[in-house]
Amino acid sequence: MQAIIEVRDLKTVFDTNVVHNGLNLTINEGEIYGLLGPSGCGKSTLLREMVMLQKFEGGDIKIFGKSLKRMSHKESQALCRRWGVLFQAGALFTSLNLYDNIALPLKEYTDLSENMIQDIVKFKLDIVGLKQDDAFLYPSQISGGMKKKASLARALSMDPKLLFLDEPTSGLDPISAREFDRLILKLRSLLGLSIVMVSHDLRSIYDTLDRLAVIDNKKIVYEGTLDMIHQEKSEFIQTFFKAAHE
Amino acid sequence: MQQARIEITHKDRELSISFFGEFNLYHINDCESQIKKYDLRTLDKITLDFLQTNSLDTAAALFLNRLQKDLSQRNINIKWLLENKEIEETLQLIRERKIESKNLPSHKKRTFLEYIGDATCKNYRGFLDFISFLGVLFYAKFSALLSWKNLRYKEIFYEMNESAIKALLIVAITSFLIGVVVAYQSAYQLKIYGANIFIVDMLGLSILRELSPLITAIIIAGRSGSAYTAQIGAMKITEELDAMRTMGFDPYLFLVIPRIVALMIAMPILIFISDVMALFGGMIISNIYLDISSSLFIERFSNVIAAKHFFVGIVKGPFFAFLIATIAIHRGLRVQNDTQSIGINTTKSVVESIFAVIVCDAIFSVFFTNLGI
Repeated sequence: MQAIIEVRDLKTVFDTNVVHNGLNLTINEGEIYGLLGPSGCGKSTLLREMVMLQKFEGGDIKIFGKSLKRMSHKESQALCRRWGVLFQAGALFTSLNLYDNIALPLKEYTDLSENMIQDIVKFKLDIVGLKQDDAFLYPSQISGGMKKKASLARALSMDPKLLFLDEPTSGLDPISAREFDRLILKLRSLLGLSIVMVSHDLRSIYDTLDRLAVIDNKKIVYEGTLDMIHQEKSEFIQTFFKAAHE
Repeated sequence: MQQARIEITHKDRELSISFFGEFNLYHINDCESQIKKYDLRTLDKITLDFLQTNSLDTAAALFLNRLQKDLSQRNINIKWLLENKEIEETLQLIRERKIESKNLPSHKKRTFLEYIGDATCKNYRGFLDFISFLGVLFYAKFSALLSWKNLRYKEIFYEMNESAIKALLIVAITSFLIGVVVAYQSAYQLKIYGANIFIVDMLGLSILRELSPLITAIIIAGRSGSAYTAQIGAMKITEELDAMRTMGFDPYLFLVIPRIVALMIAMPILIFISDVMALFGGMIISNIYLDISSSLFIERFSNVIAAKHFFVGIVKGPFFAFLIATIAIHRGLRVQNDTQSIGINTTKSVVESIFAVIVCDAIFSVFFTNLGI
């Protein structure tokens, strides 16, 4: 298996507050990889650093074998098109309808004909389980679950091989959340995606993740599969997974 | 990795297309235009060769699906040379989805007439909405203020500081410059007639009665009115207003009335500052261009300008402030659940409040003239 993301000795500092210090992890191709930890431990920060929304102090992050540290603007733009990001609240462009939200990167970055774009948008809507009738609705007119699906469709519009999900099931009812988990698993097998996600949802963690990393106290306290996690003596892991274990 | 490209060979009635490297959405258009060069009617067989292809994305698979449908309609045979399992799976995935049989809902464009009708109706409704906002404000809310205890003094002083005290400098500088400009323009004309001293009458009347209140109102509408709309609009989007309501805090008492009261108190003060600064500017120009010393200017001023002119200007203040604050807040409350509507409503809030201020000023003019003030 090939590593798609490598984080080495990462150090992040906000003013005087050290968030990560000497953090290491490896995410392999084709994996669904979870980032867990108590709130405020810097999971979302790590995710933001991976997608280049945030600078880090020391260490290095490599994605697709490219180091994010010294990267030209052009390289980083090219890299951005190779992944999709699903934000916690969807972050759909509220001034555009769903069709245009999904079609926007296609229109900006490719020379595809309008017919082809339409086919692609229809396919993306279909694959995330939205109805074609919803295509011309605006983000303010749809429910939370539909927003998540639509922003997933937008994240997938350029056919990325890597997907970042920031708390994909937060704010969804349990039924929609399980449906979303199934959707993620389905997309992974259909499209051969690698997925990195931050999650708090225990069911979702057990149902979807292949491997996970637990961040606590500025470091990774556990990295690996779910089977071995109960033997770990971290306080967070003990309390968090206790409920599921009993 | 192999460079992505396609190669087309044409022989008799046969076309063979080979795909090399990664075939993805960046190459579709190129491929499409290359195929278009050939007259499809002269063909009866097409070979699609994927033996050299590393990978295929879903967009490319959609394109091939479309090509296949197109060709089979023309009774052209397709031969797939395919060994890569992943590519086959991607193609299969697209075929199963039957995208071509799914239709987007019809998306009717509006005609010009429809657009005008819709806009008129919306504006009319917006106006009615504003009237009802004023109704609620007066009937339900001001009555709650009959007791002084219900006024929120902390918010009022905070808003006075934010929207008026912090605007002092800009109001002062702008008024000073207006005074300079008006004096400068009229000095030249007055000099021709030798009517130098009348600049005092002219400046005194125009600045005290009209210019200062208007300039101040326009600055405040642009600076503080827009801030009210944006603040309250953002609060509406983040559901802060709903949260306040559920906790039993009336947004009118907490947000609306303090802002209106604060601006109504602060506006006359700002107009006074503006009067002083504009006259100061005028006085300097009179001194330089018309040789009217400052003591002469002040003496003449106290002789010819009655106090009523000053009060006419000051009295307009609370009225302008009320218009600006209510329009700005009403616009803020009308923000819909998307980010663009904050921008639209802020623009409209500024335009409408300036317009309302000017209309109100015109009414005052007629009113005062008829009263002989």
